[in-house]
Amino acid sequence: MSEALTTAPVSQPPGGADSQPLFEAAPTIYPRDVKGKFRRLKWWALIVLLGIYYVVPWIRWDRGPDAANQMVLLDLAGRRGYIGGIEIWPQEVYYLTGILILAAVGLFFASALLGRIWCGFACFQTVWTDLFLWVERKVEGDRNKRIKLDNAPWSAAKVAKKLTKHAVWLFIALMTAGYFVLYFVDAPTAVVSMATGAAGAWTYSVVGVLTFTTYMAAGWAREQICIYMCPYPRFQAAMFDEDTLLVTYEAWRGEPRANYKKTDDFARRGHCVDCGLCVQVCPTGVDIRDGNQLACIGCALCIDACNNVMDRFDLPRGLITYDSERNKMLRSRGQPTRKRWVRPRTIAYTVVITLVTVVMVTAFAGRARLEVNILRDRAPLFVTLSSGDIRNGYTFKVLNMIASSKTYDLSMQGLDDARLTVIGHQEDPADTARLPVAADTVGTFKIYVAAPRAALDGQSMDLRFVLTDTETGERHVQDTVFRGPAR
Amino acid sequence: MANVEKDALTGTETTGHEWDGIRELNTPLPKWWVYIFAASVVWAIGYYIFMPAWPTLHDYTKGILDYSSRAAHRAEMARVAEARSVWADRFREATVDEIAGNDELRRYAMAGGAYLFADNCVPCHGAGGQGGPGYPVLADDDWLWGGTREAIEFSIRHGIRSESDETRYNVMPVFGDDYLEDEQIAQAADYVLHLSGQGGSDAGHELFVDECSVCHGEQGTGLAEMGGPNLTDGIWLYGTGSRDDVMAQIRNPKHGVMPAWEGRLDDVAIKQLAVFVHGLGGGQ
Repeated sequence: MSEALTTAPVSQPPGGADSQPLFEAAPTIYPRDVKGKFRRLKWWALIVLLGIYYVVPWIRWDRGPDAANQMVLLDLAGRRGYIGGIEIWPQEVYYLTGILILAAVGLFFASALLGRIWCGFACFQTVWTDLFLWVERKVEGDRNKRIKLDNAPWSAAKVAKKLTKHAVWLFIALMTAGYFVLYFVDAPTAVVSMATGAAGAWTYSVVGVLTFTTYMAAGWAREQICIYMCPYPRFQAAMFDEDTLLVTYEAWRGEPRANYKKTDDFARRGHCVDCGLCVQVCPTGVDIRDGNQLACIGCALCIDACNNVMDRFDLPRGLITYDSERNKMLRSRGQPTRKRWVRPRTIAYTVVITLVTVVMVTAFAGRARLEVNILRDRAPLFVTLSSGDIRNGYTFKVLNMIASSKTYDLSMQGLDDARLTVIGHQEDPADTARLPVAADTVGTFKIYVAAPRAALDGQSMDLRFVLTDTETGERHVQDTVFRGPAR
Repeated sequence: MANVEKDALTGTETTGHEWDGIRELNTPLPKWWVYIFAASVVWAIGYYIFMPAWPTLHDYTKGILDYSSRAAHRAEMARVAEARSVWADRFREATVDEIAGNDELRRYAMAGGAYLFADNCVPCHGAGGQGGPGYPVLADDDWLWGGTREAIEFSIRHGIRSESDETRYNVMPVFGDDYLEDEQIAQAADYVLHLSGQGGSDAGHELFVDECSVCHGEQGTGLAEMGGPNLTDGIWLYGTGSRDDVMAQIRNPKHGVMPAWEGRLDDVAIKQLAVFVHGLGGGQ
């Protein structure tokens, strides 16, 4: 009895006895330091990009006494966006769509030409990870020392190193998060209020959350963000063709790979000495010799590493190259190589970018700086006055989006003998009314229109409001309806 | 007693117990769960110390921070009152006409008045002041007790037929109940319809002058000082202005009551409301 029970297959893991666990912890990657031209390029990209991030909020831009004087500011509380000489109201957020489309197509364009240059050099994940890795290297040493340190039992020295590293990381993360806020509030005031504890709970929450995500993403998650979270690597291959410049291994020259022995003659074996440095320097831990792959972010550090090795063996550089598949093939046959920049793919992206840019610039140049919204009162639909006249109420919102105050004349068309009053501006019934609107504000007016019952010919009549700029004579026409009782 | 061993099939340890030949695999709780559980326990102890937590016989433990959501709310409201006090002082000193004449004050009054109106007035007078049967329309220019801002402010403050000592008060006498004959009531109703140009006849002129003109005026245009409605404008408070409706009101009049808002609303709110109601369209 007992025998039968214990041998029954009841204790199988889900999926069967052969199934593997669904989660496998990713191995820690310890990128080795490397010197070379791509490493220098990456340092420059880091300095320039971080420089932009940290300097931009401090650049001032004079917009007169009533508007913000920060060059780039998305003033959420004040509901205005400023980018240099451009001011955007909430109604115009669709410009953001255009900018995002441009950014997306620009990314595709760059990918078609140069592979994952964005991922390798310009993405904030790459830039901040690079910065965090630099700190890690300064505190704990290069790859081998870090591996040794992590495997060593806990000691005072290890604790000190780890504490130092995480403290610096957290400080950088805090600075990153704090600066992010400066794009949404006036930078000098915000810095003072954040430092003195006077800023609101929202500000501190945003800083806290961003500090945490920066620390986690650049310190702990690193390449896992690129491999598991970022959607871009999943479809980047769709942008590539045989002329796209990619980081690739020239297998025709490198294979068969083998460790170097003194007796070896490179004419009779592959040039790859299988030193593994290309894998050790890789920030995502891939082996580029396996071919182009999802996890490769195109940072080209393996090229630097390999070139240094080739130099040591007096072999030509470029066993790992930043070149196209076509050139790799041509080289393997001993034919001359060439770069093809103009291709159907790049032409298509150029056309799309040009089109979107033209549409956006045109729309922007001709965008209205005056917008009028009319809300008709619905309760009551209309009012009978003691004279027998019928009166309708309207709420008028005049959006004056320019930096000077305006005065408008309001008149009506389409309704005979209609008279209007504006609360606070035109108390006696008249044909027209004068509406002042301050600079860069929304003027709200309560307007009543009364018409004799005899002038109405139905329950709903068309009514047109004409707003005329008293200075320029510019007219703005808005149609609405006038409701009355059934005849 | 415990006989811990590895299960051959899964490689997992058993609990070491055997019940009728059945052994159970030992699958402990996930570590992350245990850690969160432990952290929650620590958190709870901290919470007991710092925050109000345990009921006692007549009270509760206050905690070191002495926090109470009621006190927090009171402090919040005090902050609001503090922020508004600048306006409150200016409103107390100004008359309603002065408020309406000042751009800044008027905007504040209209904005605040809209909320006060929605909270306090809408149940009877409607969302846009459109009124209802028996409840006066505030959006038109026909006012029972006067449509100036001051008159409106007085009506709001003291109410109509309310319990306030200064309430606006009038009563239309019962003309039925053997005071007037049925034919006389019909005659008066016809005359009233005639006044607003809705047919009827002027045969009841004498009767109207004798019985009605004290409150409604010789021409039937009403007397705002005593709340006598205008009968010439075709706007009716009770009914739709049919002959039966008018006769019913003469025979046995209906009267509405509006509460006095002084004491319920403060001075600032009443002034805001007066300016807002005046701005519903019919203000004089």
